[in-house]
Amino acid sequence: MGWAIALHGGAGDIPRSLPPERREPRLATLRRCLDLGTAALRAGRPALDVVELVVREMENCPHFNAGRGSVLTTDGTVEMEACVMDGNTMRCGAVSGISTVVNPVSLARLVMEKTPHIYLAFDGAEAFAREQGVETMDPSHFVTEENKERLRQAKEANRVQIDYTQQIKGQETQAPKDDNSRIGTVGCVAIDAAGNLATATSTGGLVNKMVGRIGDTPVIGAGTYANSLCAVSATGKGEAIIRHTVARDVAAVMEHGGLSLQEAAARVVAGVPPGNVGLVAVSAAGEVSMVHNTTGMFRACAAEGGHSEVGIWHDDANGHC
Amino acid sequence: MARWAIAIHGGAGVDPNLPEHRQEEAKRVLARCLQVGVDALRAGAKALDVVEAVVRELETDPFFNSGRGSALTRRGTVEMEASIMDGRGRRCGAVSGVSTVKNPVSLARLVMDKSPHSYLAFDGAEDFAREQGLEVVDNSYFITEDNVGMLKLAKEANSILFDYRIPLAGSDTCSAQAGSENHNGMVMNGLPISIYAPETVGCAVVDSSGFCAAATSTGGLMNKMTGRIGDSPLIGSGTYACELCAVSCTGEGEAIIRSTLARDVAAVMEYRGAGLQEAVDYCVKERLDEGFAGLIAVSRTGEVAYGFNCTGMFRGCATEDGFMEVGIWE
Repeated sequence: MGWAIALHGGAGDIPRSLPPERREPRLATLRRCLDLGTAALRAGRPALDVVELVVREMENCPHFNAGRGSVLTTDGTVEMEACVMDGNTMRCGAVSGISTVVNPVSLARLVMEKTPHIYLAFDGAEAFAREQGVETMDPSHFVTEENKERLRQAKEANRVQIDYTQQIKGQETQAPKDDNSRIGTVGCVAIDAAGNLATATSTGGLVNKMVGRIGDTPVIGAGTYANSLCAVSATGKGEAIIRHTVARDVAAVMEHGGLSLQEAAARVVAGVPPGNVGLVAVSAAGEVSMVHNTTGMFRACAAEGGHSEVGIWHDDANGHC
Repeated sequence: MARWAIAIHGGAGVDPNLPEHRQEEAKRVLARCLQVGVDALRAGAKALDVVEAVVRELETDPFFNSGRGSALTRRGTVEMEASIMDGRGRRCGAVSGVSTVKNPVSLARLVMDKSPHSYLAFDGAEDFAREQGLEVVDNSYFITEDNVGMLKLAKEANSILFDYRIPLAGSDTCSAQAGSENHNGMVMNGLPISIYAPETVGCAVVDSSGFCAAATSTGGLMNKMTGRIGDSPLIGSGTYACELCAVSCTGEGEAIIRSTLARDVAAVMEYRGAGLQEAVDYCVKERLDEGFAGLIAVSRTGEVAYGFNCTGMFRGCATEDGFMEVGIWE
């Protein structure tokens, strides 16, 4: 058994008609990040370092909804979130409401390593970032023209905070057509040659989200979870992922039900209403799983001695390495 | 017709030397809040409404650390958190960084019922509270003399700077131990037990229709960093409810988060077919690594259960059969 890595750039209703100019930059970034992670694992870097490294790179890419390129709140601002977790020690760190930190995933790691807490948010997290001397930029650095347009369209379409998951009487939910609104959360899971598991997830959240909204990404057990059995990073409709404690449940089904990673991931994803979730996961046995019940998920994986794969839709490949 | 049941807590990790009159006062508050829930359940109220009503009572009473009486941040301010979950449909709502809302649990409920999201924090949560017309008060309302004194003691103990349970390579993590030397090693959340105040209140209920709900509310950790989020608002960690059961946790937040304690009680029932008390015992024993915590739970069949691995948990429970109990120690 050797190292393995899987990453995602968000799951959602990704139309097959997605034009190449929107598809290719993302696929190219996935390939580049996969190579980066693979090289680091080959060089013997620990899984925790690798997932941080890969997610930093994806945060820096404006085509994904994390770091620069994060989608905008209803006020036109950026509020980023990230989370990191180490499987064997179960140490973890998370941040929410980040508006100036270039790489929120690294701030999450500092919360884990340099504070007595797990999770810092908003002003307190920003103050901690300055105390730690991490790289910060003006909030405008994170705002792209494309995301200004997305917010404009969302507001114009009166796509006001549609409650995707909770049925409110008289308010029929209707999924947005283009659905770029929530695609692009990024995440990475890895197991290194020494058998250490780790996961990291980072996001800008939801287009036109309310100020102060926290999604599944920084919530340990929802968007992100790792223990000695597996490491999981989930993406999709945050509210559904929170209520189904998706990442934790993959580990719980493996542990309590004795299922393999493949079986556990498939079972958990099938238990969430269709169109809501995707995840990438690796197990202590070196299995890799990438499953989604959405139309597509930007994803990539590689394993020592196995093949590597980059894909979007179900039929791109069989979802594991 | 299912049988209703209710369990409440006012935090785990109690100073064994807590004066008798304080113990009596705690029991009185617990009994009063428990009765609020029992009366509502007898009147046929829904589990979700009952957990909200009971937690509001616990928040409003300054004895426990939530709402009025919340622990203070390093800056001496109050940042409250709460969450609520309806086992029916697993709907949920949570808030963090709330500084003026009199009853954070009700704000969490509004996030669930009236927003498209599950979780709002800090300014956005405060704005939403005003938009919804919830009762707000000045931040000073929540700050009690007792807690101002506690913060001073906590700072003097120079604690909470590191989680002493997780050794960091090359880091000196002796601050908590230094504080504990004078207190027989009893430390809770980095604070000597003598100055530690249990941090959280919670309620888990199954109503006579067999629906489960849970709610948890807290002021968080004394001397916490501003912006710190603990387990209470995190669905699956401090609070969880599904078709099978409802759970509310308390104690060392970071240990509860790492173990996703509340969800795990339900997961052990769901995936192992364990009974409620069995699941609670298993999670307290197997899940809490080095951490100290406790939890209360109810099952859809009308059982109540609790468990803790530290010195006492303020708690109470009652069932339709007429069983009622309020306690602190094992």
